Amino acid sequence: MAKRTLSEKLALLADAAKYDASCASSGGERRSSRDGAGLGSAGGAGICHAWAPDGRCVSLLKILLTNFCIYDCAYCINRASSRVERARFTVDEVVQLTIEFYRRNYIEGLFLSSGIIRSPDDTMAEMVRIARTLREREHFRGYIHLKTIPDAAPDLIAEAGKWADRLSINVELPTETALRQLAPEKSARTIHGAMAEVRARAEAARDRSHRGARPARFAPAGQSTQMIVGADPATDGQILSASSRLYADYQLRRVYYSAFSPIPDASRQLPLTRPPLQREHRLYQADWLMRFYGFAAAEIAPPSGMLDLEIDPKLAWALAHRGLFPVNVNRAPREMLLRVPGFGTRSVQRILEARRHRTLRYEDLLAIGCVVRHAEPFITLPGWSPRALPDAANLRARFAPAPAQLSLF
Amino acid sequence: MQVVLPRIGTVAAWRAEVRRLAATGVPPEAVQWAVGDAADDLFNAAPIAAGRAVPLTLPRDAVLAIETALHHSDPQRFARGYAIVLRLARKDLRWGDRSDPALRRLLDQEKAVRRDIHKMHGFVRFREVTPPGANRRAFAAWFEPDHPIVEPAAPFFARRFGDMDWLIATPGLTARCETGQLEFFATQGCAAPPADATEDLWRVYFASIFNPARLMIAAMASNMPRKYWKNLPEADLIPELIRSAPARVRAAHDAMTSAPRRPPRG
Repeated sequence: MAKRTLSEKLALLADAAKYDASCASSGGERRSSRDGAGLGSAGGAGICHAWAPDGRCVSLLKILLTNFCIYDCAYCINRASSRVERARFTVDEVVQLTIEFYRRNYIEGLFLSSGIIRSPDDTMAEMVRIARTLREREHFRGYIHLKTIPDAAPDLIAEAGKWADRLSINVELPTETALRQLAPEKSARTIHGAMAEVRARAEAARDRSHRGARPARFAPAGQSTQMIVGADPATDGQILSASSRLYADYQLRRVYYSAFSPIPDASRQLPLTRPPLQREHRLYQADWLMRFYGFAAAEIAPPSGMLDLEIDPKLAWALAHRGLFPVNVNRAPREMLLRVPGFGTRSVQRILEARRHRTLRYEDLLAIGCVVRHAEPFITLPGWSPRALPDAANLRARFAPAPAQLSLF
Repeated sequence: MQVVLPRIGTVAAWRAEVRRLAATGVPPEAVQWAVGDAADDLFNAAPIAAGRAVPLTLPRDAVLAIETALHHSDPQRFARGYAIVLRLARKDLRWGDRSDPALRRLLDQEKAVRRDIHKMHGFVRFREVTPPGANRRAFAAWFEPDHPIVEPAAPFFARRFGDMDWLIATPGLTARCETGQLEFFATQGCAAPPADATEDLWRVYFASIFNPARLMIAAMASNMPRKYWKNLPEADLIPELIRSAPARVRAAHDAMTSAPRRPPRG
């Protein structure tokens, strides 16, 4: 193989990393380099530095260390049997790219992932070396996210957590059956075991010793995972209940859903369809409902069920539970206000604050920032009563888009 | 009476003026605010018929939000801010009451300023301008914000780029940080710094991380409005990435359906 330039490697290894959805750079510990002895800051809100025409933000330098891989996961463009062009960065190349991009304010930090070369331990050790070099030699205080290899030795995971802000281990697919079929070398047990390990170490790093000494830091921005949607027949109900278990069992910060993109040189086992972007969007909305709105997975989609693609899951729930509406905006408890379509968490907070002082009227909702058009059929307050609206059989038609065929081609 | 605030340190000067005016109970409608290079005598214009002193005790949230909103470009912001301060202090207005049109306007402007600052933190692009033989690396950028936000936006860059010198010029003010010392001055000229070879690598990255199978142009444009594009080195790639996306997706699709290939192992 001819020696590739840095630019050619970057093109191949960024292209290979674009199926990872995570771009978070927020949370974790606050750091700065105001002391003049280093480079970078972190903590607080994440910053997006650009947006690509796929609507995704560019916040981290998201690359693979290498796209050579000894595994053969059917959904992955880099699997062993794929004929994709291969490349591999050196440790120093990744370090230099990160530092030089960071200095020009292109990025918040590094999101490093890799194909498995030689062995999981060899690969993980090289990723850890990159993180260590950034922290120790370059005094880099920006954000580092390492995609952890589940089969890597525990001491390598421990060291990864010492240098990185976030670790992630991808569950890849929502069910064990799909994982067995499409990712023969991976096992759900190993993946869950590694997540449990990360959780345990993160918890240990939060407990002070009896003398009050702070233990070594471990991935202060927590762990996340990613599931591919649409490569296997799992239903939305199965996906959401899998997520809900992951959040509870491993204290994940986020589960990312990645609509399966037909990849060049794909395995024959996979669908040829376009990525189900609307489905991915609805899953994210449902995920938000579980994390911030007090919904349980089974309320949003039954285990056998799919989410409605035309209307959002909160609206779908409200339409299916019309008996609970209209809600009295001036009296309803927070939990019920959170279930009103068009009321976000911030609107609900503002409603609760404002109604301590006086009775809210319809006009106040506009000022508060509610999406009144969505909320109208489900609420009552001075200045507005939905009358027969919540019972109208055609209520769904009011929200669902007019039938239209969207096409990329 | 007219109060002229300086271009640098505008908000701190406004705060001092508000204390002075409230102490003598000057009503909001009696004050005309302006920003510029004031002759000193304007500050010391004859005091107008004073009313009752208004003691100023405001919630901390209110002070922070009002001062943020003062970085908006609306010429009425100083007058609105002073009027709201007086009403809050006299308990004629409850902080956070969005049914009040003036307060709602102020809160909307605060939000616009915070968004503008956030976009500046994201979209400034430094180019290297290190002089030969220097022992610290130096970078410079040209940026055009919607509002005069250089002063509140700059400390972020000082915290982040501690081991390098940097300068950000905007049409109004320039912020410069050398060996950790942050200072502001009026911008002279508007030349963008010369190109930087690392920009080519960044453009390669931007084009490669884009997934043509997921074209969502509206989402991109709402988050990265076109007004910013002229100062983003990657933005001129966007039209071609959009134009070629359907053909790239078709080519990948054709390759999948036609070419025979090894079945997966296992």
